[in-house]
Amino acid sequence: MDRVKTETLSGAEIVVRCLQLEGVDCVFGYPGGAVLWIYDELFKQDKVRHVLVRHEQGAAHAADGYSRSSNKVGVCLVTSGPGVTNAVTGIATAYMDSIPMVILTGQVPTHAIGLDAFQECDTVGITRPCVKHNFLVKNVADLATTIKKAFYLAQTGRPGPVLVDIPKDVTQHKCEFQYPETISMRSYNPVKKGHAGQIKKALQLILEAKRPMVYTGGGVILSNAAPQLTELVRLLGFPCTNTLMGLGAYPATDRQFLGMPGMHGTYETNMAMQHCDVLLAIGARFDDRVIGDPVHFAQNPRKIIHIDVDPSSISKRVKVDVPIVGDVADVLDELLKLLRAGARPDAAPLKPWWDQIGEWRAKDCLRYDRASKIIKPQFVLEKLYEVTGGDAFVTSDVGQHQMWAAQFYKFDKPRRWINSGGLGTMGFGLPAAMGVQLANPGATVACVTGESSIQMCLQELSTCKQYRLPIKIINLNNKYMGMVRQWQQFFHGNRYSESYMDALPDFVKLAEGYGHSGLLIDKPADVEPALREAFKRKNDLIFLDFITDQAENVYPMVPGGKGITEMILLEDL
Amino acid sequence: MRHLISILVENEAGALSRISGLFSARGYNIESLTVAPTEDASMSRMTIVTSGSDDVIEQITKQLNKLVDVVKVVDLSEAEHIERELMLIKVRAGAKERDEVKRMADIFRGRVIDVSDNTYTIELTGSGGKLDAFIHALDSSTILETVRTGTSGIGRGNRILRV
Repeated sequence: MDRVKTETLSGAEIVVRCLQLEGVDCVFGYPGGAVLWIYDELFKQDKVRHVLVRHEQGAAHAADGYSRSSNKVGVCLVTSGPGVTNAVTGIATAYMDSIPMVILTGQVPTHAIGLDAFQECDTVGITRPCVKHNFLVKNVADLATTIKKAFYLAQTGRPGPVLVDIPKDVTQHKCEFQYPETISMRSYNPVKKGHAGQIKKALQLILEAKRPMVYTGGGVILSNAAPQLTELVRLLGFPCTNTLMGLGAYPATDRQFLGMPGMHGTYETNMAMQHCDVLLAIGARFDDRVIGDPVHFAQNPRKIIHIDVDPSSISKRVKVDVPIVGDVADVLDELLKLLRAGARPDAAPLKPWWDQIGEWRAKDCLRYDRASKIIKPQFVLEKLYEVTGGDAFVTSDVGQHQMWAAQFYKFDKPRRWINSGGLGTMGFGLPAAMGVQLANPGATVACVTGESSIQMCLQELSTCKQYRLPIKIINLNNKYMGMVRQWQQFFHGNRYSESYMDALPDFVKLAEGYGHSGLLIDKPADVEPALREAFKRKNDLIFLDFITDQAENVYPMVPGGKGITEMILLEDL
Repeated sequence: MRHLISILVENEAGALSRISGLFSARGYNIESLTVAPTEDASMSRMTIVTSGSDDVIEQITKQLNKLVDVVKVVDLSEAEHIERELMLIKVRAGAKERDEVKRMADIFRGRVIDVSDNTYTIELTGSGGKLDAFIHALDSSTILETVRTGTSGIGRGNRILRV
């Protein structure tokens, strides 16, 4: 460990100095008793900007959105006890989607730990199952190294949130400050390079494939491997799908892109996933929402190649023939090298496969009633795509609107689609959009949400005002928890138990109450003009409240626990 | 199938709960778990006896390896190994039972390590099966208390688990 500087600093000074040295330009947080000394140090400097949220869940989601849209580590700072417990939903959200984050939490003084002190909670205990790793720093001499480790762990291997719990007295104690330049841990050595022999085996399978399919997930985005993926898929001439977490890794407007897979994936993708003879899975984890019932999935024989940085993701739900553990970008670089040097696959044998895919495509599984007199949510998203030229950062909450956004907004670039895929956290969209806007000043940011989700982190409208974040909120208002209602319609005999919301606020007035502008849109003809007007106002947050068809469902749909090809289509009903 | 998994783990606060938490969160079995520091005080060695299909055991070892504090993981039951468990068992040993209990302890190569007017405390080591057999060999009404350490294991011969 090299010595950077020798100075005697307090723990609080060390925290801020470490953030500066890590190049952190933005911290999302909320002050409180245990972190007062750290806030005092933040006050005295101007390198690290602090963004004051209105609830700690918002801080975690904002740091998360900041990271997803920028490939930097998201940082949040909260106080002990309720500060931490409020942030837990955001931390778990980031953990499920492998987002690199560092969470700094205040703790009661070391001498008070375990005595049920005011605002005490067992932070490392509560967060242990939803972080990549966490630390309690009991000695100021360990603080700098621990923060360095946190940043290192968050970004390397399979990324994830890392929490550092700092007792108040540790922030006051002083010690000599040395920030290590590098970290090595004997217990932590993530694999980067893929095994050369395995890569050759994979190539062999790829070259022999007659019905190939490329299935990629969030790992491609996290590894910044979208260029390699795009080159590979084009070189091979194979069909490609990106999961909900992987959208934008391969251009959605490209002919070789078949749409998203899974529970609300396209017909052609799910059929191709099931009937392919070689499946090349990259940075994806075969989760239940993607492949449905693993037994049904395994019924069709196919060779599976699986590239992932996390060995525990391989052969977890589905048996894999050629596992390749390594960083996705590294492995794809190697594959491309071999492909460029040697024989490329012959396009001719793929023709019957593409013909078959063409037939599946002709089902037009995403069609909806375009002549409707009530606003169709899909129509709003198509218009959103047009009006923003397909170039916006789009965050979403969780539910029907999320699926429609994923289906209808064609993402051509990585890190543009920001959603809670694994945990499925309602309330994610707005605070995540704040993080996205702060990481990408001047960029167009839209938050696609519903009237139920938006109310889960609504208080952040105030943060948006304070920091002048010109987010466009696309509220698809059907007065129902739409996805809950859809399941109740399909599987619970139309008994809409507690999924209808009476007494909704007037969202236009609400937005105005927070100092923003709002628009109510209830006619299809007004959708596009309203969007155009909103996106023209580059400096303002506009809350667009679209009154949409209450009965609309997301199609196709694979019922929970069913096989991936057991889809309910619009025409079936 | 029963597996004996040996883990070298950093001797950090919370390391044990990370491991036991992993087992409970993912629904894996723990039959027994033992842990103590090694000759290198910065590291602890843990033996976990678990059971599951090959797929489950593969996931257990992968998930354990993923924990940041875990240095090494070995499934000892994949090859030749030795396992031992220590039991302390307190039995009623009045004038009537005394000889019989002592004889039984001798047969199992146990040692009487504490004696009172009407009790013996016997120390016994061996595989879990041997300890079970000893318990069964005793008249169950004479057993007052048992305490077992859980199984520790080590590879045979040149199979060595260290950093």
